[in-house]
Amino acid sequence: MAVNSSNKSKIIYTFLAWTIGGLIFFPILWTLLTSFKTEAEAISASPSLFMFDWTLENYKEVLSRSPYFTHFWNSIVISIGSSLVGLLIAIPAAWSMAFVPTKRTKNLLMWMLSTKMLPPVGVLIPIYLLFRDFDLLDTKTGLVIVMTLINLPIMVWMLYTYFKEIPNEVLEASRMDGATIGDEIFYVLLPIALPGIASTLLLNVILSWNEAFWTLILSAANAAPLTAFIASYSSPEGLFYAKLSAASAMAVVPILILGWFSQKQLVRGLSFGAVK
Amino acid sequence: MGNITLKQVTKSFGDVNVIKPIDLEIRDGEFIVFVGPSGCGKSTLLRMIAGLEDTTSGNIEINGQDATDMPPAKRGLAMVFQSYALYPHMSVRNNIAFPLKRAKMDKAEIDKKIANAAKILNLDSYLDRKPGQLSGGQRQRVAIGRAIVRQPSAFLFDEPLSNLDASLRVNMRLEISELHKSLATTMIYVTHDQVEAMTMADRIAVFNGGIIEQVGTPLELYNKPNNKFVAGFIGSPKMNFIDAKSPDNDKVASIGVRPEHLQISTEKGMWSGTVGVTEHLGSETFLHVQLDGAGTFTVRADGECTLAYGDKIYLSADPSKIHHFDKDGVSINKV
Repeated sequence: MAVNSSNKSKIIYTFLAWTIGGLIFFPILWTLLTSFKTEAEAISASPSLFMFDWTLENYKEVLSRSPYFTHFWNSIVISIGSSLVGLLIAIPAAWSMAFVPTKRTKNLLMWMLSTKMLPPVGVLIPIYLLFRDFDLLDTKTGLVIVMTLINLPIMVWMLYTYFKEIPNEVLEASRMDGATIGDEIFYVLLPIALPGIASTLLLNVILSWNEAFWTLILSAANAAPLTAFIASYSSPEGLFYAKLSAASAMAVVPILILGWFSQKQLVRGLSFGAVK
Repeated sequence: MGNITLKQVTKSFGDVNVIKPIDLEIRDGEFIVFVGPSGCGKSTLLRMIAGLEDTTSGNIEINGQDATDMPPAKRGLAMVFQSYALYPHMSVRNNIAFPLKRAKMDKAEIDKKIANAAKILNLDSYLDRKPGQLSGGQRQRVAIGRAIVRQPSAFLFDEPLSNLDASLRVNMRLEISELHKSLATTMIYVTHDQVEAMTMADRIAVFNGGIIEQVGTPLELYNKPNNKFVAGFIGSPKMNFIDAKSPDNDKVASIGVRPEHLQISTEKGMWSGTVGVTEHLGSETFLHVQLDGAGTFTVRADGECTLAYGDKIYLSADPSKIHHFDKDGVSINKV
């Protein structure tokens, strides 16, 4: 009886999981499919899922019309650059919060997180003016800086929870063994926390890759990443669904592949601390 | 050299005084054990000596030099932790080499020292394993190996055996004692286990509530405890206490007798009582005796003891083995 009912609930849960997964994935699938349709089929009132004339025309057109690889390179520089700079700041910050906490550490962490609750539009004008005055508009440096700052709270939080899992005694042992703070972080803390650091890095690469608000506002031609490349296809000349889809697919697929290969690492990173 | 002097050392966490002013002189080459119930401050004091906790006030001197504000790395001490605190990502070899690499020692010298330590601690065949692949006893040996290669002026042990099972604990106890004899280096050893304290120590410091109740050799503490706390803490099974019949009589408020100093008789004695639970250990027997109107006594009898539950017996003790305490628990029969 018990086996039966647990089997039944297993089937229900599996079905539910696949349904939710399907719902979440459907827009991406639809975009991918549309990117292989002609513009006429793309806006057809009775769209077909697979039965259409598959074409690569949109991809050709998109590649010839705009410098995809420049945008692609910009996206890589901005997402990886900001994640690396972020780690450089977040690792020592998380170290001090996890291992030498003060009475206010918890408050500080909450305050850092609260900045993520702020609507970005709220600081749009000051940041835009700062960028203008420091000549950072439409530069990769500028976008790396802003992406680093935006994701820093999440990085510190993730690393903090990872570091909290490391027994303090191991670090104390290294101090007794003559390690300086630098040695302690380099030779002991980082190697032990490597899985956590890797998933922090990955998640932040993905978040920065997908970020559209600031990248669209602060870049024009030179530093524009793939998000701006997609946006350029929702043009005032009218909507070109198929081409827009092709551009989106080209922007999304690299990060999708990265996510696919690193999903184990990511899931472990995101559920860390929650599951013990 | 490994003299450590504590002068009026205190530690507070906020308003809580964990260590009340403590003075202690630890001599070069001595094996001193800090013993006491949990929360008595013994581990905190050890961590203060190590430099892992700040000292609120007072001075810590190591080899005549003021070390109160020195970082741990500069104090020349080595510590063995309860959890072993090995570096999980490094092989045994690299764990032991870590302090030597930090000291910028050259490779050949490091290899020589590791080989030497591995020989002393029987770690030869494990050198390339990770700590996760070792048993508890082996891990503790690696932790000790990591400590000895540095040739520190003193070793600090923070309850190093409490994660081991009973038989291994006895073995490791002997190994540490032997290590002390062969290295002749100062060792400070924290434990809550009075058996470890009695068997290993040159001197024992008994802690209670952030102060040291008494410092002395194991036998001094056993024979001449300063007060009721030390009398009750040292010795196993515990000393039996009984309130004096007439407290006005020369200030004696209570007396204490150790279980091994009680004689059993079926005819007469100082106290009468009924045998309760008996614990047979083979070589000896512990009897829990319900005294008539005076609580329970534990009595150590020989292994062949045939007394059983409900038997009526009499107990007596040599007057010279009876400890007397005043109303504050201070010992009063000692000169």
